[in-house]
Amino acid sequence: MKPKYVIALALVAGALLYLVLGGLGQNLVYFITPSEYFQQADRYQNRQVRLGGLVKEGSLDFSPKTLELRFVVSDGVKHVPVKSSGSTPPAMFGENRGVVVEGRFQGDTFVSQNLLVKHSETYTAPKDGWTPEQVRKLIEEAN
Amino acid sequence: MQLARSEQTSRLDGLTMSILGLGGLGAAVGFFMAMTAPPDVGQGFVARIFHVHVPVAWIAYLASFTALGYSIAYLVRRKSRHDRVAAATVEVGLIFMGLTLVTGMLWARPTWGVYWEWEPRLTTSAILFAIYVGYVVVRGAIEDPELRAKAAAGIAILGSINVPISYMSVRWWRSIHQTQSIDLSTGRIMVDTAILIPMLVNLAAFTLLFVGLVRLRSIIAARQAAREEV
Repeated sequence: MKPKYVIALALVAGALLYLVLGGLGQNLVYFITPSEYFQQADRYQNRQVRLGGLVKEGSLDFSPKTLELRFVVSDGVKHVPVKSSGSTPPAMFGENRGVVVEGRFQGDTFVSQNLLVKHSETYTAPKDGWTPEQVRKLIEEAN
Repeated sequence: MQLARSEQTSRLDGLTMSILGLGGLGAAVGFFMAMTAPPDVGQGFVARIFHVHVPVAWIAYLASFTALGYSIAYLVRRKSRHDRVAAATVEVGLIFMGLTLVTGMLWARPTWGVYWEWEPRLTTSAILFAIYVGYVVVRGAIEDPELRAKAAAGIAILGSINVPISYMSVRWWRSIHQTQSIDLSTGRIMVDTAILIPMLVNLAAFTLLFVGLVRLRSIIAARQAAREEV
């Protein structure tokens, strides 16, 4: 066997081991819900966790000056206040949208370092008059 | 190039080239249809990458099952043609798996906010990609044709176990990746017809390209094998 194949095989085997043991093992429970957090709050305190749920309606508060973002993540039963700072949220972020926040609890507040937006599996064409261009035009005319 | 001019091989090429030509034409039509399809209410125009990402991913999965079939056929009948087709399928599948990962990453950045996350669907897709790469590397490393064919068949058969796991991962485990929009296991479709049709056109076109490329690669492999035997 030529040396280049030995190296290539070792690389592939190493990558597979890394993916299966490291990547998949830790991430089968990719995020916990607020209810699950409160069931085992001691376990998750001061530990890096991912928390997933919907952004509660009316809870969103973003300050463009300090880039501080506050909102409440809810699974319908329990609600967790989240503080995220340092970056503008992704364009699709909004109330009643699914989010996954990565970070840790500081007291009752969850401090997020990484904010991911989850989108649904449905694809719906906009109704007549509501395509993105037409909406942009409406906004421009209103200004 | 004496061999290329013989009647049998050029006729074979004629069919392959027609399939590839039709696939290319279909992809051009699909591209035009996708670019004129309505945007999605939630995601806007970014959702158009759906028209490429989904068919490409399905074909990457299909490649694994095709390789599984030909690998079992090889182990049962020991015909080198089956081994060559299995290898061609994985090589073409590797391209489609790579495209799946790239289009997925380009889609994830504007919607989720990141290019990559180690969540179940993405991790199992990366594993599938690594299995395809491993298959190609193992074939290159083994010189004895029979041993090479047997080892490759083993990888293709074991590797295909990952496909249903990857497909079902979005429902078995919670993840950032959305569940299937067109669920092949229940037949539930969550896509408006106007958005669905360009995707189906692309699916048909990419399937033709896949079949054409596998045929082309198998013909090349057959000629190489014939030359080595002389």
